[in-house]
Amino acid sequence: MALLQISEPGQSAAPHQHKLAVGIDLGTTNSLIATVRSGISTVLQDEQGHALLPSVVRYLPNGDVVVGHEALAQQSTDPVNTIASVKRFMGRSLKDIADRAHIPYRFVEGDEGTTKHLLLQTRAGLKSPVEISAEILKTLKARAEKSLGGELVGAVITVPAYFDDAQRQATKDAARLADLNVLRLLNEPTAAAVAYGLDNASEGTYVIYDLGGGTFDISILKLTKGVFEVLATNGDSALGGDDFDHRIYCWVLDKIRGGSSSFTPLSEEDTRLLLTKARQAKEWLTNNHEAQIVCRLSNGVLVDVTLTAPQFIELTQHLVAKTLSPTRKAMRDANLPLEDINGVVLVGGATRMPHVRHAVEEYFKQEPLTNLDPDKVVALGAAIQANMLVGNRSDNDLLLLDVTPLSLGLETMGGLVEKIIPRNSTLPIARAQEFTTFKDGQTAMSIHVLQGERELVSDCRSLARFELRGIPPMVAGAARIRVTFTVDADGLLSVSAHETTSNVEANIVVKPSYGLSEEQILTMLQSSFGAAENDKQARVLAEAKVDAESLLTAISAALKQDGDLLSMKGKQKIIAKMDVLKDLLLEGNIHAGSSGAIREATEALNAATEDFAARRMDASVSRALAGKNLDSLKI
Amino acid sequence: MSLNYFELFGLNPAFNIDLTALENNYRKIQSTSHPDRFVTALPAEKLQSMQIATTANEAYQTLKTPALRASYLLSLQGISATAETNTNMPANFLMQQLEWRENLEDAKAEKNMGMLESLLAEMQVEAKNLQADLVDLFDTKKDSAMAMEATRKLIFIDKVYADINKAIEQIEN
Repeated sequence: MALLQISEPGQSAAPHQHKLAVGIDLGTTNSLIATVRSGISTVLQDEQGHALLPSVVRYLPNGDVVVGHEALAQQSTDPVNTIASVKRFMGRSLKDIADRAHIPYRFVEGDEGTTKHLLLQTRAGLKSPVEISAEILKTLKARAEKSLGGELVGAVITVPAYFDDAQRQATKDAARLADLNVLRLLNEPTAAAVAYGLDNASEGTYVIYDLGGGTFDISILKLTKGVFEVLATNGDSALGGDDFDHRIYCWVLDKIRGGSSSFTPLSEEDTRLLLTKARQAKEWLTNNHEAQIVCRLSNGVLVDVTLTAPQFIELTQHLVAKTLSPTRKAMRDANLPLEDINGVVLVGGATRMPHVRHAVEEYFKQEPLTNLDPDKVVALGAAIQANMLVGNRSDNDLLLLDVTPLSLGLETMGGLVEKIIPRNSTLPIARAQEFTTFKDGQTAMSIHVLQGERELVSDCRSLARFELRGIPPMVAGAARIRVTFTVDADGLLSVSAHETTSNVEANIVVKPSYGLSEEQILTMLQSSFGAAENDKQARVLAEAKVDAESLLTAISAALKQDGDLLSMKGKQKIIAKMDVLKDLLLEGNIHAGSSGAIREATEALNAATEDFAARRMDASVSRALAGKNLDSLKI
Repeated sequence: MSLNYFELFGLNPAFNIDLTALENNYRKIQSTSHPDRFVTALPAEKLQSMQIATTANEAYQTLKTPALRASYLLSLQGISATAETNTNMPANFLMQQLEWRENLEDAKAEKNMGMLESLLAEMQVEAKNLQADLVDLFDTKKDSAMAMEATRKLIFIDKVYADINKAIEQIEN
């Protein structure tokens, strides 16, 4: 634990000012926000003392939006406008939602052409899962700023390790709509490991079994001297506690229908009511032998059934078994015998179910660790990481090396997928592969980016399609098209392609074909700020200002620390460019249309510091590895 | 001038390397260069940190995995182990390959887990023997031609190993 710092009277602690950074667990059922205060990671509570914010958003008739307990309370009476478990729809298209009939929402397919993502019809209009998630993030952000008394510098937001590129991108878009600066997307099991690792100062190999409301993750991590290396991860991004509720719900339906097939379909209200009763029964069975489910449906039918623990186990054992298959895969990928596992950590509210715990214990032949609250552990770990990323810790003793959960590849002849980056590759990673033309004189090539483990294109998730044009006409097989995949530390992919004999280039940041376009995000930002065009301009200006200011701050800090790496002339050159930018940012000089000029000056300043940045990196590399310089480390 | 992967981690280019030193030096590089250390840094620094971390990951994977390490050693001598022109293999190894493939297909068709597991174990033994040969060929005899043949065998064994795992996975689903 870090010691409290007390500055001398009259002297400010400015050089080491504590930056406000938070960790957010954006969960299927509940969301949390945590921060590190006085060296201890703490979950922030709302004014009523609740730590958990139910991930439920309700659109009210008067145009207001409520999030959390208040929305949850109205779920049964206003199911269509009260959205729960929206995380299950992030980055998904309509056909991905298997059990639509049992979900009381009105789904709509997004516009043809630009997107195929799904939308939900509410009284406030069509809402995308990204917008709904943004409401949850806004509520958490407001909670944190109120309780910490200042604006947040940034947030680490957790995602299931098994989230694909589309789901990660959707999460990042939601943060942008909520006006949150995302420091990093962090995998939930890794966050849990951080919380555990720091508390227990553990070394060794650990398994994180994370069964949340809607997602299942399994990660195997090796902890060595402050480095958390993910060896393998696997999971199911559509399996969680909700599915157990759903099994109980179906069982109750069977009971009340008896043998009759003429039973009318349930109303949306009744569906929601029964699902809520099912969840309560599941929770009750954690500590009790039987649960009574009693309620009256809108058609007057009285439901009064008793579910015993053994019955519940029988109903849901196949779901528990479904978690063991990814577990075995992850163990195989990590290439480790069971005896090498030093501990198994349970994360997620659904791991409270006794038969889940029992199955984990039986598989790993050891009792799982549960000394941290499974609901809070992810947020606590995310806060620790956020605190470190903004530089609040000076001892830099922790590093997370995460992996990509799913293989990434390209479509080749015959509808087959050629893998470029295999699953469980440590991030960041870049891989290139050369392809050639199929026909004589071919001048364009279509590039189809896919994610998944299967061999057929149709069995994998399509992330993006783009075209490389202007290939000089050559005989078939003569052109050399080099496609490079890069996955950054957030697990987000970008792809570029170029023809090596002519240097024709095409770059793309993969935006999933059913995700939101930049245009749509801007429109949403606009509508959240009001409808006028000048709001859009104001937003663009605000973003340009923030970027300019953060660059100025970073350069000032770098000059102060390593100014002696520059010649007098070099230093002056940078300072001159800084002055230009500072001048543009002066109160009197700024106007609605100045975002372009600010962007330009920011870019010019950035370009002027490239050499300085290289020298700084060089110095830091040679400190780490005596005698080696930066150039020698480049590919 | 660029360092090769061995130099990057302060190791002598050889097949038999100190894996602990490799691991420690890898962590040391990532601890100073990973993008997480540059979240509030200059954009140019972020870019470079990304490049260094990426190279270190690639280099680490290459040296950690025996077949990749062997191929890399050959590439430093200007030899490509996987070039299409290198198709010569001793007849007895080709026969053996066929047998393994047939066994794999049979086990797959019968969904015979036990057979797959024992094939897996057999591949592990084969890989281990080849690695011992590679230490001798690369580091003692310095016989590039024989080392290349053994490397190609190891690459093949790894492939069968991966295919067996895939078959096990399919049966489990």
